[in-house]
Amino acid sequence: MKPPPQIVAALFGVAALAVFPLLAPTYYAGLMIPFFAYAIALLGFNLLFGYGGLLSFGHAMFIGFGAYGTAVMAGVFGVKSFELALAAVVLGSALAAIPIGLLCVRYTGIFFGMLTLAFGMLFHSFLFKFYYVTGGDSGMRIPRMNILGLEFAQYNKITFLTGPFYYYCLALLVIAAFAMWRIVHSPFGLHLRALRENSRKAEYLGVHVRRFRLAAFVISAAFGAAGGAILGFRIGLADPELVYWTQSGQLVFMTVLGGFHHFLGPVIGALAFTFLQDQLQSLTQYWRFVLGAILALLVIGFPAGIAGWADLANWRLKSRKAAA
Amino acid sequence: MSALLQTRGVGKAYGPFRALTDVSLSIEAGERLAIVGPNGAGKTTLVNLLTGLLAPSEGEVYFKNENIRGHGPVVLAERGLARAFQLVHIFPALTVAETIAAAVITRQKKRWRLFSNLAADRDVAGRVAEVARIFGLERRLDTVSRLLSQGEKKLLDVASAFALDPEVILLDEPTSGISTAEKHGIMKTLIAAAERAGVKALILVEHDMDLVAAYSTRIVAISEGKVLADLPPKLFFENPAVIEIVVGKRRH
Repeated sequence: MKPPPQIVAALFGVAALAVFPLLAPTYYAGLMIPFFAYAIALLGFNLLFGYGGLLSFGHAMFIGFGAYGTAVMAGVFGVKSFELALAAVVLGSALAAIPIGLLCVRYTGIFFGMLTLAFGMLFHSFLFKFYYVTGGDSGMRIPRMNILGLEFAQYNKITFLTGPFYYYCLALLVIAAFAMWRIVHSPFGLHLRALRENSRKAEYLGVHVRRFRLAAFVISAAFGAAGGAILGFRIGLADPELVYWTQSGQLVFMTVLGGFHHFLGPVIGALAFTFLQDQLQSLTQYWRFVLGAILALLVIGFPAGIAGWADLANWRLKSRKAAA
Repeated sequence: MSALLQTRGVGKAYGPFRALTDVSLSIEAGERLAIVGPNGAGKTTLVNLLTGLLAPSEGEVYFKNENIRGHGPVVLAERGLARAFQLVHIFPALTVAETIAAAVITRQKKRWRLFSNLAADRDVAGRVAEVARIFGLERRLDTVSRLLSQGEKKLLDVASAFALDPEVILLDEPTSGISTAEKHGIMKTLIAAAERAGVKALILVEHDMDLVAAYSTRIVAISEGKVLADLPPKLFFENPAVIEIVVGKRRH
């Protein structure tokens, strides 16, 4: 059987990511860590949005769960192993997402969006105001941990982040993408898409509309927490800014930029956004203005995002070949 | 023989408006029941009550001798009660195969398989192909549903309901929006498919009296929320008063 083109593209992508730190300047290799974190978080986000049809405006909350969870694990409980902390925050966020999801998935469309936004803002003000517990605006420090037994503290920070930790994150992204690929191609994934398309009809075909929405919500929370743990590990801090509602907006932006109809769209969007933001910030202090303009143009001109545009180009190329 | 689907003194009120009053019906295996009545008579309300979408204001609905109160359409779909809609209900972005597979997954109880590869599941694919063949959709399996013709969409809507292997299937105007020439063909396909699929009883909501006369074994007429008549077709069509209410003035 010939492997589907998306798998071929993914293999090329992984190979390119693997050689990237060997060829690119260290600065750019370091920039890839937030890309990995956002890519993992967005794979989860897009299960909810692209596949389940539910647009969350509060998803940065789960990134916050991951970062603050890691800070609690490492700083409070003295856990040294990042794997252990990661497993704990992923599981913990999934559990915490159940009651939140139960409330949110009763609604769809704008009401779902507003409710997730509200929860995100609640969590942000909790982090901000409960100074004694969360460190308020200065956040919570995340002590250096070890990955697979490698002591972060024994390395130079940059060497570690662009070396072992880079490949560690790449491996996490591959695992996360593989798990998500299985989920969206499973019977569960089909039922999720069916309820996105027409929930009344789906119900009559035996689709558990609310339970499936909840399951997607919980899975997306787990992926978000994994991304948040990586972000926290990198900067050594669980920062309340990670949870601010504009961060949730940024997640939506990345997904739309990459193309939410596409499995790899969010990953591409995370990559494009990370570099775009970095380059714009170094070019002009009005980078937010430029990003805003890009978003507007994108929605008007390329609603299918980068991945959708690539598909179209590919299709045109093929039909031109066929015509010739 | 015990009834498959039964209503006992069922009524439904929307605020001060009474849509349905004291409806007691019993549908047995082997029946093809037609529900007829003028617009606004309460047919759709009755169908929604029968399929668990609405809860009755009074009275109870029983499916296979079990009260369905509190069971929504999802549970009833699992237990063998399927519905196709009056207006075409499809999943626009899903293919024909995926639409049918959604029902097959329910039937084969595979919906919580989060990590299994659906494309490699031969049981599902086999059943999807079988259902598609019955409805003449086998060459359309990979077509995205929104690109189908109106008639094909209707067939797909019904085919996906059949894929649940239901014991009772409820067809809400299965031939609405379809040309008169095609109507009989579609009805024959549906009834043959129902028999082949082991459907025990078929409930048909229909305006077209020719179809009702040709394909039902029993007719229930509803008017102003009440059962006006419950007769076999032969007796029903000998009753001009009832027909007049149901179809208004016949335009022959």
